[in-house]
Amino acid sequence: MTYELRCRECQKSWGNQPRSICDECFSPLEVSYDYDAIRPHFTRERIAQGAPNMWRYSALLPLPEDFRPTLPVGFTPLLEAPRLAKQIGAKNLYVKNDAVCLPTLSFKDRVVAVALAQAKEFGLDTVACSSTGNLANSTAAQAARSGFKSWIFIPADLEPAKILGTQIFGAKLVRIAGSYDQVNRLCSQIADERRWGFVNVNLRPYYAEGSKTVGFEIAEQLGWRLPDNVLVPMAGGSLITKIKKAFDELILLGLVTPKPVKFFGAQATGCSPISTAVKAHRDEIEPQKAATIARSLAIGNPADGHYAIKAINKSGGWAEDVSDAEVVESIQLLAETEGVFTETAGGVTVGCAAKLYKQDRILPDETTVLCITGNGLKTTDVLAGQYQAEAAIAPKLRDFNNYLEQTLDVTAAETVEV
Amino acid sequence: MSITVQIPTALRRLTTGKAQIECVAANLNELFSALDSQFPDLKPHLRDEAGEIRRFLNVYVNEEDIRFLGGTDYAFQDGDEVLLVPSIAGGAE
Repeated sequence: MTYELRCRECQKSWGNQPRSICDECFSPLEVSYDYDAIRPHFTRERIAQGAPNMWRYSALLPLPEDFRPTLPVGFTPLLEAPRLAKQIGAKNLYVKNDAVCLPTLSFKDRVVAVALAQAKEFGLDTVACSSTGNLANSTAAQAARSGFKSWIFIPADLEPAKILGTQIFGAKLVRIAGSYDQVNRLCSQIADERRWGFVNVNLRPYYAEGSKTVGFEIAEQLGWRLPDNVLVPMAGGSLITKIKKAFDELILLGLVTPKPVKFFGAQATGCSPISTAVKAHRDEIEPQKAATIARSLAIGNPADGHYAIKAINKSGGWAEDVSDAEVVESIQLLAETEGVFTETAGGVTVGCAAKLYKQDRILPDETTVLCITGNGLKTTDVLAGQYQAEAAIAPKLRDFNNYLEQTLDVTAAETVEV
Repeated sequence: MSITVQIPTALRRLTTGKAQIECVAANLNELFSALDSQFPDLKPHLRDEAGEIRRFLNVYVNEEDIRFLGGTDYAFQDGDEVLLVPSIAGGAE
């Protein structure tokens, strides 16, 4: 094996097993790799021979040796975003669009794919998760595809699309009358008693590694070059740390030229334990009670918050947060400028980007990547009332021309030219 | 105050296998001291060298995070149920 679990704090090795905590010092475990053994297998040339999905980076993922992927997860578009850039004072802006990640339209597909590969290896027949929605969808879908039973635990008041998008896959959906943090705590207790593969509890060290593929892809899609800045939405705080780990690994194995990358974190003001700590120059999280429409980011006690703060501070980055109204405006802005319909978390990211450019914390000419992690079709309820259905008109050219004159007073001249 | 403490599996080898412990304590510091004296091996798992609650240990009272109840200032009520739950992080620096 080229990887194993190791305690982040006391360095004790735990081999490979469904476990996320060091019994010796109670600290989190992380997958560590034998980079010397991996080095010959992780080159630009070898990667280029792989299929256009996240499995092209398998050499740096904790996967069983006989693992055969059954889904083309990841390798989502990295889009230049010139029109959005113009609106927010940027000049060299990219959008990493995981709103179209397969199979369930969020970046969670990446982490679940890795976790389920290990669940199979460990001989588990049931997988589970606590979720704010996207993880629920992805775990349920991939469990169905891989033949696992699945138990999904969510806060009872989640968006209807995310509930339906879980049930459709035949998952057992357990609605908990409480916040995500309470759901998560309950799942820790359940995982303690049952031999289930909780992707984000006892499989979490493996799961979290899947997030690195976002970083690998950004670098490869920029022509094997690191950006100057990455802006990442933060819920539990894991993704931002894993993109950093991906960049560090690419530097270590010589795939990119070393350069400093600043990491910026985005949260909703109604649930901003990480950005609040960064702005106050504190190292530790003070948990919050979440109150925001950005449900997928509504984690008041982020497990990886401490590490996210460290990653941001060490890189010279910053964190920001935006109001719910700004979230909605930013969803609309991204859609209208770049044709990307993101969910609330994406609105958070775009809104925070605008603030960071305004504050000169991100400079216009710097190469900056915004991580869009989920799809707007899952959170259409936050747009209720933003758009009215017009009265229907008859299928007649004259009626249409009348309609056009009535609705487009200002631009009526243009229609005459046609 | 008489309270019940639920011990997660990971720590039960330090509590002679006990999953539940009855304690008398007025607040969290007293509770940890009571646990320390009953199970000396448990002590370094609850507090760090500086005496602070370990970063990755969450303490709940009747399902609520104790930090929302005042943390170490919270005065236990008779019959409170205390949960010790490890925080599940998986990030990297």
